[in-house]
Amino acid sequence: MVIEVDGLMKHYRVHERPPGIAAALRSLISRPTRLVKAVDGISFKIAEAERVGFLGPNGAGKTTTLKMLSGLLLPTAGQAHVAGYVPFQRKPEFLSSIMLVAGQKQQLLWDLPPAETFEMNRAIYGLDKAQFKQTLDELVEVLQLTPLLQKPVRQLSLGERMKCELAAALLHRPRVLFLDEPTIGLDVTMQAAVRDFIRRYNEQHGATVILTSHYMEDVAALCPRVIVINDGRLVWDGALDELVRSTRPEKLITVKLDQPASPELLALIGEKRLISQSGVQLKLQVPQPELQPLVSGLLSRAAVVDLTVEDPPLEEVLADLFAEHAS
Amino acid sequence: MMRGLRAFPGLLRVGFVSALAYRAEFLVWMLAYTMPLIMLALWTAVAAEAPLGRFGEREFSAYFIGTLLVRLSSGAWVAWDLNFEVRQGTLQRRLLWPIHALLTFLAENLAALPMRAVMSVPIAIATTLWLGPVWVKDPVQIAIIPLTLLGAFLLTFLPMAMIGTLSLFWESSLSLYDLWLALYTVLSGYVVPLELFPPQLKAAVHALPFRFMLAVPVENMVGLMTREQALIALFWQWVYVLGFAVGAAGLWRVGLRRFAAYGG
Repeated sequence: MVIEVDGLMKHYRVHERPPGIAAALRSLISRPTRLVKAVDGISFKIAEAERVGFLGPNGAGKTTTLKMLSGLLLPTAGQAHVAGYVPFQRKPEFLSSIMLVAGQKQQLLWDLPPAETFEMNRAIYGLDKAQFKQTLDELVEVLQLTPLLQKPVRQLSLGERMKCELAAALLHRPRVLFLDEPTIGLDVTMQAAVRDFIRRYNEQHGATVILTSHYMEDVAALCPRVIVINDGRLVWDGALDELVRSTRPEKLITVKLDQPASPELLALIGEKRLISQSGVQLKLQVPQPELQPLVSGLLSRAAVVDLTVEDPPLEEVLADLFAEHAS
Repeated sequence: MMRGLRAFPGLLRVGFVSALAYRAEFLVWMLAYTMPLIMLALWTAVAAEAPLGRFGEREFSAYFIGTLLVRLSSGAWVAWDLNFEVRQGTLQRRLLWPIHALLTFLAENLAALPMRAVMSVPIAIATTLWLGPVWVKDPVQIAIIPLTLLGAFLLTFLPMAMIGTLSLFWESSLSLYDLWLALYTVLSGYVVPLELFPPQLKAAVHALPFRFMLAVPVENMVGLMTREQALIALFWQWVYVLGFAVGAAGLWRVGLRRFAAYGG
């Protein structure tokens, strides 16, 4: 296992004060604090070369967990081993084998071209010139960086910057890659390009990838396994399709007919299964075991122009999961 | 540590390129070091009436040109950078690198020295033309000038780094730096040569680190010290450097446990 986490916790105190001058003056004498359990005893293991989605609502503790696993934050309790090291011991060998890429934090030197950041990282990671050139050439080709290398970072678009961030982060070929919202703010095309690149890096180099993202397309496209946390606690660890099946066992059917549905057809579908009807288009929600007989019935009793069967959106699955755990 | 030292030349190169990118801002920042010139005008006017101890007009001029040169060679800004990066959470970029973060700040601050030479070398040449040969002539004292300047730079950088590190404990530690700077201004020989201090204060000032940040390299440079005095001062300067280096590393280690950039 490349990552082993056992009972990991991060608790901290925050000062709280209501707005206003009176409260500000009172806070000079007494400052009440509140204990925040950002991460509250989570455990999991991740094997070499796995791609794992790390999901949860805002404030669930995802980024805090990634920061503990990358040696930035000292855990309050529990154990973590990453690539054979205890992260917070911050051994140079450990820091050379991981990287945390945060979509909202940049490591590129703002007023210099990306090539200068790459050179700096070569010095920091002690990469020999031949190895550096080979890796950089690969990254430049795959990410199509040639026109960007000489432009000051401040003049690059968000998408161009993220491509350069990824290149800078991967020059030392980390074994473990923590990606915190890597596609945030990017357009759809650029999101897809970044996803493709991450998959390619994982497959070519056998790197372990842990990804947090609010874009469920990222997770669905990249992560066969997901770990879901809510309020600092682990609420799911397993295959993505199993999460969907167990939380929302229904399939969504969208069917388009050549004419409005007859009363007989609506009776076959049943009131409970019908989500919406708009002209000749019907949207149905059907439990998995009833899917095949219903689709056969529809095809035999009506002139079907188009029919699609989908899993419910991942966002809805997660919302159900969080609601279930909240209750 | 070895990894950090191996990376150091590369960091210096990038630091120098960065300093060039900010050249206009940097030159303006250097021009702001006007205090020694004000003091020069003030004290030479006083000495025009009668010399003060060993200081006549020429000695005051040499001394304050010396303070300007040492200030230009020993400036650092790590306290501001650290405070900013801790508050913005951008410090995490450095914390992910496999070398000590303070070493990366040191390289950035040190890499600006060649830019400062753009100003300090012409000042040194102009002073020599104006005042004649005011610089020390003893070969040993000439040889230790770079060491005293490096010591002065490190004694500026390391306490600043410690104060910056305190921002890991407090919301901002810059007000503490203001206090440090006030003490430095009075006790380093920046506004008054330490030789002119009252005797009872002089003993205390000699034991504090501020003198080694400015007065020692200046007095050595303009020949106000004997060779023996200069070598003893150099020894104690580097004892202070070592002490502050150990202190900064220790404080950093403790401070990192308090790093609190939760969330994104």
